[in-house]
Amino acid sequence: MAEGGGAVSATRAEYCVIACAEAWRGAGEVLASPMGPIPSLGARLARLTFAPDLLLTDGEALLVRPDGTPEGWLPYRQHLELVAGGRRHVMMGASQLDRYGNQNISCVGDWAHPRRQLLGVRGAPLNTLNNPTSYWVPRHSRRVFVERVDMVCGVGYDRAAGLGGAARFHHLARVVTDLGVFDFATLDHSMRLVSVHPGVSVERVREATGFPLAVADDVPFTREPEAEEARLIREVLDPAGARAREVPEGTGS
Amino acid sequence: MGDKTMTAEEVVSRLASGMTLGIGGWASRRKPMALVRALLRSDIGDLTVVSYGGPDVGMLAAAGRIRKLVTAFVTLDSIPLEPHYRAARERGGFALREVDEGMFQCGLRAAAQRLPFLPVRAGLGSDVMRVDPDLRTVTSPYADGETLVAMPALRLDAALVHVNRADRLGNGQYLGPDPYFDDLFCEAADAAYVSCERIVDTAELVKVAAPQSLLLKRLAVTGVVEAPNGAHFTSCAPEYGRDEEFQRRYATTPWPEFAARFLGADEAAYRAAVRGWRKEEER
Repeated sequence: MAEGGGAVSATRAEYCVIACAEAWRGAGEVLASPMGPIPSLGARLARLTFAPDLLLTDGEALLVRPDGTPEGWLPYRQHLELVAGGRRHVMMGASQLDRYGNQNISCVGDWAHPRRQLLGVRGAPLNTLNNPTSYWVPRHSRRVFVERVDMVCGVGYDRAAGLGGAARFHHLARVVTDLGVFDFATLDHSMRLVSVHPGVSVERVREATGFPLAVADDVPFTREPEAEEARLIREVLDPAGARAREVPEGTGS
Repeated sequence: MGDKTMTAEEVVSRLASGMTLGIGGWASRRKPMALVRALLRSDIGDLTVVSYGGPDVGMLAAAGRIRKLVTAFVTLDSIPLEPHYRAARERGGFALREVDEGMFQCGLRAAAQRLPFLPVRAGLGSDVMRVDPDLRTVTSPYADGETLVAMPALRLDAALVHVNRADRLGNGQYLGPDPYFDDLFCEAADAAYVSCERIVDTAELVKVAAPQSLLLKRLAVTGVVEAPNGAHFTSCAPEYGRDEEFQRRYATTPWPEFAARFLGADEAAYRAAVRGWRKEEER
């Protein structure tokens, strides 16, 4: 596959925003819980365009419309209940992620004597067993995409398979990185490359992934933003350019 | 109906080494920091701390007061990784029971309702079950036969929380957008100590805000401490936001140096030290 894919009007960060937004296409009237700047832009873009029924928070206890007008109350205690009820699609970060979608944000190394303590499991076990979950990784590398995570916080497909009925709401929708888009829609639910962002080669993705990746013969490019989407990103949602600080231009090609 | 007002020092005099202590708030938000500072001035240690962790956990861990921590995370919010907590954890400073945020809430609820456990889906398939072999599952007796986590009650010897207003009897009010879990902490504890920005007459409480802001009931509160700015440097909406500059200072200063400078004789000494630091910064 050729690098670049012809005239590219969008930046890498903007492809990432588009790819994150797509995670909420068809989600309906549910809470979008994006974590991180680019997933937040994606969720708000989706809400303003093809997913108008999404609910969004102000990052604290209020449900807000895109212009910031409060439309509801969602303190943490209700947020946790809402997760258990399943009307939510969360996009979390991942310090480590393996081929079946097990995710780690707790610590690196042996849990009993961690080499690096990170956040802790947070709500990852709750999220992954109760509502659709996607992941956002701003720097795709072998340090993140590992053969085996050190502490399973978010539950992957191989773990969920053994849980019977308790796993009936488990669904890992997609993984978006600075290099491309991935899902688990293979026979054994191992991670699959869905698209590469323009300027990224399949080989580059393979090199940056620490386990064998399912790859189709012909991998498409992540879609171009529509003119209105580009305008919303640049003029309405992120005029200060926070997206480029999270994914600088020229990375990962 | 007794007057429950007391000083932070009196609260600490009712605590003891070896206790299981719940700390309210969430991350770096409305933490009972004045009470935590009073605890740090005492020689109480060997604690089991139960907290949605922020700088409360970071400070107690740095000072070596924690024997065991029960948490889902420790973070300073604007600084994602709590440096003093990390350092203590990486040097093996204490035991850890790491549970999911929802499991934690279930554990407090079970304790508040005097139940041995509550079933919860969260945790299954994750490594919280692997690293804590004391956690058990429970199987539904109904047709679904679903197997769930039996989250054990997180019963507390004492709870420390901070709210915006309280009366002398222990009725406590939050004025910000989120109650966090402070009522559950109080109800899960044998004794609950509430610090507040301001003690007011009972009649004042509903003049300030609607009755649903009355989070804490006096039947679950043992002591009330008036502690203006008592959540500093965490946030206490709507009265003040997080003191980001001071939090950065806390996060980047070696603990012994920070403790020596800011944990003086009492809360007034703390405030004076913070004022002195701010003056230096402005120069």
